[in-house]
Amino acid sequence: MDTNQSPDSDPPTETVSTDGGLPVEATESTESTLQRWRRSELVKSLPFWLPATLLVGLFVYGAIGWNFIISLTDWQGLRRVTYNPAEFDLDNYFEFFGKVAEGGLLGGPQEYWAFRNTFVLLILFTVVALIVGLLLALLVDQKIRFENSFRTVFLLPMSLSFVVTAVFWAWMYNPSSGMINEGLRLVGLGAITQNWISDPQFKLFAVIFALIWQFSGYCMVVYLAGLRAIPTDQYEAAKVDGANTLKMYWRVIIPQLRASTTSAAVVLMVFALKAFDFLFVMFGTQPGRSADILALMMYREAFAGTANWAYASAIATILFVMALGVISPYLYRQYKRGAL
Amino acid sequence: MSTFSALTDNRPDWSRIALYATLLAMIAFYLSPLESGLMTSIKTQAGFQQTSPFVPPLPGQFAIEPWIEAFGRLQSGLVNSVLFAIPATILSATIGSITAYGLTNTKWRGQALVLMVLIAGIFIPYQSVLVPLSRFWTIVDLGSLLAVIPPLADRSELIALTITHTAYGIPICTLLFRAHYKSIDSSMIEAARLDGATIATIYYRIILPLSIPMFAVALIYQFTNIWNDLLFAIVLISDNSNDVVTMSLQKLTGSMVSQYNIQMAGAFITALPTLLVYIVFGEQFAEGVAGGGT
Repeated sequence: MDTNQSPDSDPPTETVSTDGGLPVEATESTESTLQRWRRSELVKSLPFWLPATLLVGLFVYGAIGWNFIISLTDWQGLRRVTYNPAEFDLDNYFEFFGKVAEGGLLGGPQEYWAFRNTFVLLILFTVVALIVGLLLALLVDQKIRFENSFRTVFLLPMSLSFVVTAVFWAWMYNPSSGMINEGLRLVGLGAITQNWISDPQFKLFAVIFALIWQFSGYCMVVYLAGLRAIPTDQYEAAKVDGANTLKMYWRVIIPQLRASTTSAAVVLMVFALKAFDFLFVMFGTQPGRSADILALMMYREAFAGTANWAYASAIATILFVMALGVISPYLYRQYKRGAL
Repeated sequence: MSTFSALTDNRPDWSRIALYATLLAMIAFYLSPLESGLMTSIKTQAGFQQTSPFVPPLPGQFAIEPWIEAFGRLQSGLVNSVLFAIPATILSATIGSITAYGLTNTKWRGQALVLMVLIAGIFIPYQSVLVPLSRFWTIVDLGSLLAVIPPLADRSELIALTITHTAYGIPICTLLFRAHYKSIDSSMIEAARLDGATIATIYYRIILPLSIPMFAVALIYQFTNIWNDLLFAIVLISDNSNDVVTMSLQKLTGSMVSQYNIQMAGAFITALPTLLVYIVFGEQFAEGVAGGGT
């Protein structure tokens, strides 16, 4: 078989119908040629995937490794980083976790709060965004009119930059004339108006609320795809069984959305770990104890004047390990299922 | 009797009404930040201080100046964002397509492994590469490398940003194209192969024409992501003349703390390209979002 034909050879369509002898010839060739052919297929496909893989390898894995090495040094400020393996140590990690362990009862170090807030954000944001997204998907899935328009509106916040949404929400939360407090006063709930984004009690929750606004449309899209994949006869069977609507959803439909839930949850959790833009635009690099998270702290340590490069790299590594903890079971399962 | 049955037929379906009422309330909630922003952006300073944010401007309090002022501030940022976001979008989508093809429609073992390595790149927190990234672009000093071509040397930070976004965009694009290529009927490729077509010919003649819908998805999704990013830009860009639009908006809000009308107009101007893309290509964006997450 001639596999080394030049790219400008005749288009394949014509010869296929006339040249029926080719496959027979192919079967005559021995095992070793087949193997050689396979090997060359690998070699010939290299130009297609290798450059990109190398580029990603350099920027993703090379950078992560480099980041880890920096975290072992004590590089700080304007002086140049020196990579001396004899001086490598885990001091930055000990310092970080030591401060986290001090706790936050009497003020406590910023590390404790950033660590804690990261988890609060991760869990609360993920769970509520999933629930809201599921509710939206169930509502939209009721054979409603203008379904496309509804979906478009719910997903719209996802198309906006966090810089833009942070600017919008800072105005929404404005204590004197923002939409939230104005709306509360309008419905007679003026008593519960708050300084949403300056009161330490509410800051983090105000951020989470806005992020849920932005991400629930994404969850809706994922759940809608899951709902549409459930065969209709299962709804019918449940109805024949006499299950009322709520019971049907709880017993039949929602359990089948587990795959959708898992993949959406992974994406949400990973996002929660790297959420930066929104908080940075709303609060700058000093959000205070109540809204500080690791992603922001990492940036502050490295790029906001202090230039604690090594310490920032250690925080970055911790974030990476947390993300790995979320994604590796997921990717492994996808790989096992052959879904990749 | 007949009137009674007619009545029951026309009886309002309360559950449907409740459904639509809930949906409309949700619509109001999802659009409220944009609505209050839009109304505020067309009011004078006195206008937005005296009226509720969601009501239209009173007569005499309408103003177009906030938009003009904001546009003046964001102008160079908009140009810079176009300059880097479009090449980065096209590059990452094209390379993603070629990579996905090399990892899907060719026959060799270990494709899934390479793919895993690539896909993990979608999920990494960018914080974990920031310090090395800023070091890397200090060591690889594009500015002096390109010194012979002054217009490019002045824009070297934007070139670095383009390359960075391309590199981090390839994994998601590869995943999107891979899902598409797996569904392509392999008998067509097999026939071409038997006919002696090379891998490159098969890509060019068969795969590429079939990829057009996926290119729409990948390009739209990537453009939105890259245009909207702030983190890479603030780390890699230090020269004010290279500020991208998200940076310009962030600086605008910092310098005009109480001028919410200008802030809101600025937010809309920054969002306009992605909003337009979303309104026209909403389906493709949804597909990209569902395929790749954030």
